[in-house]
Amino acid sequence: MEAYTINAGWCKGCGICVAFCPKKALGLDGDKAVHDPELCVLCGMCELYCPDLAIRIDKPAKKVKAGKEATA
Amino acid sequence: MSVQDLIRQRFFPHLWCPGCGHGIVLNNLLRVIDAEGYDPYSLCMVSGIGCSSRVSGYVNFHTMHTMHGRALACATGIKLTKPHLKVLVPMGDGDAMAIGGNHFIHACRRNIDLTAIVLNNRIYGMTGGQYSPLSGPGVLATTAPYSSIDNMFDTVKLASGAGASFVARTTAFHVREIQSILKKAIAHKGFSVVEILVGCPTYFGRKNKLGGQVELMEHYRDSTVPIGSKKLEENPHLIQRGIFVEEERAEYCAEYARIIERAVKEQ
Amino acid sequence: MSKKERNISFVQGNEACVRGALYAGVKFFAGYPITPSTEIAEQLARELPRIGGSFIQMEDEIASMCAVCGASLAGSKAMTATSGPGFSLKQEAIGYAVMAEIPCVVVNVQRAGPSTGLPTKAAQGDVNQARWGTHGDHSIIAMTASGIQDVFNVTIEAFNFAETYRTPVILLFDEVVGHMREKLVIPPQGELPVVERLKTSVKVGVNYHPYLPREDGRLPMSDYGGEHRFHVTGLYHNIWGFPTENPDESHRLLRHLVDKLENRAHLLARWKEHHLEDAESVLISYGSSARSALHHVEGCRAKGHRHGLLELQTLWPFPKQLVREKTARARHVFVVEMNMGQITSQVKAVVDDPDNVFLINRLDGSLVTPSDIESIIRVVEGRGV
Repeated sequence: MEAYTINAGWCKGCGICVAFCPKKALGLDGDKAVHDPELCVLCGMCELYCPDLAIRIDKPAKKVKAGKEATA
Repeated sequence: MSVQDLIRQRFFPHLWCPGCGHGIVLNNLLRVIDAEGYDPYSLCMVSGIGCSSRVSGYVNFHTMHTMHGRALACATGIKLTKPHLKVLVPMGDGDAMAIGGNHFIHACRRNIDLTAIVLNNRIYGMTGGQYSPLSGPGVLATTAPYSSIDNMFDTVKLASGAGASFVARTTAFHVREIQSILKKAIAHKGFSVVEILVGCPTYFGRKNKLGGQVELMEHYRDSTVPIGSKKLEENPHLIQRGIFVEEERAEYCAEYARIIERAVKEQ
Repeated sequence: MSKKERNISFVQGNEACVRGALYAGVKFFAGYPITPSTEIAEQLARELPRIGGSFIQMEDEIASMCAVCGASLAGSKAMTATSGPGFSLKQEAIGYAVMAEIPCVVVNVQRAGPSTGLPTKAAQGDVNQARWGTHGDHSIIAMTASGIQDVFNVTIEAFNFAETYRTPVILLFDEVVGHMREKLVIPPQGELPVVERLKTSVKVGVNYHPYLPREDGRLPMSDYGGEHRFHVTGLYHNIWGFPTENPDESHRLLRHLVDKLENRAHLLARWKEHHLEDAESVLISYGSSARSALHHVEGCRAKGHRHGLLELQTLWPFPKQLVREKTARARHVFVVEMNMGQITSQVKAVVDDPDNVFLINRLDGSLVTPSDIESIIRVVEGRGV
């Protein structure tokens, strides 16, 4: 089972995860990121972008093709 | 092992500003360490002074937070004493290229097996936004209120010219590229330099009307291209990303081990 | 028995320093060429790889001192050597070594300053710089010697103090001592005490605090690459080595850094004395100046004048108690040194009658001669010009 957690104590609400989520599954509630599991495809990009190391996705195995960062 | 096991969790949340690129680099560096299965007891991180240098306090390796610009010199002493350690040296642009510039070029020249990660946000963040040797002309800073007239170093050219055997550049936006480059840089036997363009929304972005952290990330996405991209024909000002130098050359500690062998034999 | 078997040689002070360092177990040297200390680097470049140690010529003096800090934390007994201008540059990292409590030895073969000064001439003008060269309140150990055998012995002592107290130790030699040659007898290994690094006994997996003193005040060490991961910083730090701005922790750290040496000044004092038992005039000197002072004292004794010499080998922490005791019965105290009174002011501060303390010096790069000393003492003692 995948477990998606946002550590609100570490999140500084910069909004980078929100801006670059390909599925628009993240938003800001005040100054904390919030996650919508309905829209999320667990691509994992937000986990890599988070400057606060606040996002953690524990997945047993890769089920979904990882998202691709946009190239210029 | 997970990323969380590689950090000193009690010091989080870290001291960096919201959206600071240093956090993104730390995040992806840890993923490389985790994925490659490095034993944290075999890793040593040595840093200087500045925002980026605080990274050494957060990783649960052998860590040394040294003096401004002096990280590479301290790291040289450690590496020569314990050559089996993987020594990582994160540095800011001022730390690496201004006050530590001499140590930087000489570490390149020696080709000693250290991994220098230059976190280039084009500004002195910790002291409040002064221009650095990587700011470049036209940049606004607290010490360049009429805009900077100082030319900038090109980290990649400087490191290549000085003799580093692995030289690469990427940006905080290109997180997978950070991982693929750092993976090679850490494994590389010799001095490796990885310049990562990172956003300082608090001082650089705001002062230079580049926007906040998201806009800075977009800026690095849009102003850079992979090495040799066709887009350079239309816009030669685009900054190239990728691995510029990757060569096998005599490494300093390995060469010194041969000196020891000779000296012992010739006694 | 041949000379080689008895390990007797005729060497320069700089070489005696190298021999002492090797006897004490030095494994790492980083340096930068500078007169008049370069022979130390040259000889260690040859000797260190023979014993599996490391020598590196760094890009500058600053880098050398930094590399020494790194090497020491990685587990090696480490040293560097320089002279005045280089000593100025090293102050930043000497302060780091003080703060982070990194054992190391810094040799300064003094020449006349300030600035480039007189590179090939002797002086003793860096005494106060050794004490206060780096910024902030702190304490430091500085030692010196006047003869080749003493250079050897004091160098071993410097390494022992560095390891015992986790501190940089400054060896303040001077150009005359560095370059003159005398007989050196190297005793067999084991004859002179050598302090090995105190390693922590904390087991793997148990929390190790790099800055938690034992009951006796010593701080056991781990090393980079060893069984414990730890953090070292030049910031004020707690027992874990992590930065702190807590006023109590900050205060405690600074007091510890100062008290660990100042409270042990009597244990750190090393000196030699000649004819002090009944001396009416006590000369205090150190380094090459002490040779002329001794020559003077022995000449006086031959003529029946009751002069004696206290030769200091530990300059910092200043051995206040020792100087008070040895000068207690003196009618006059003369301090012989090649500077404008850097130790004289210390002596004046600790004796009962500072007006009776006189400086005998030279500032021209030449050694103070016995006749320089004689001419001043005659005047003070009222024996005519």
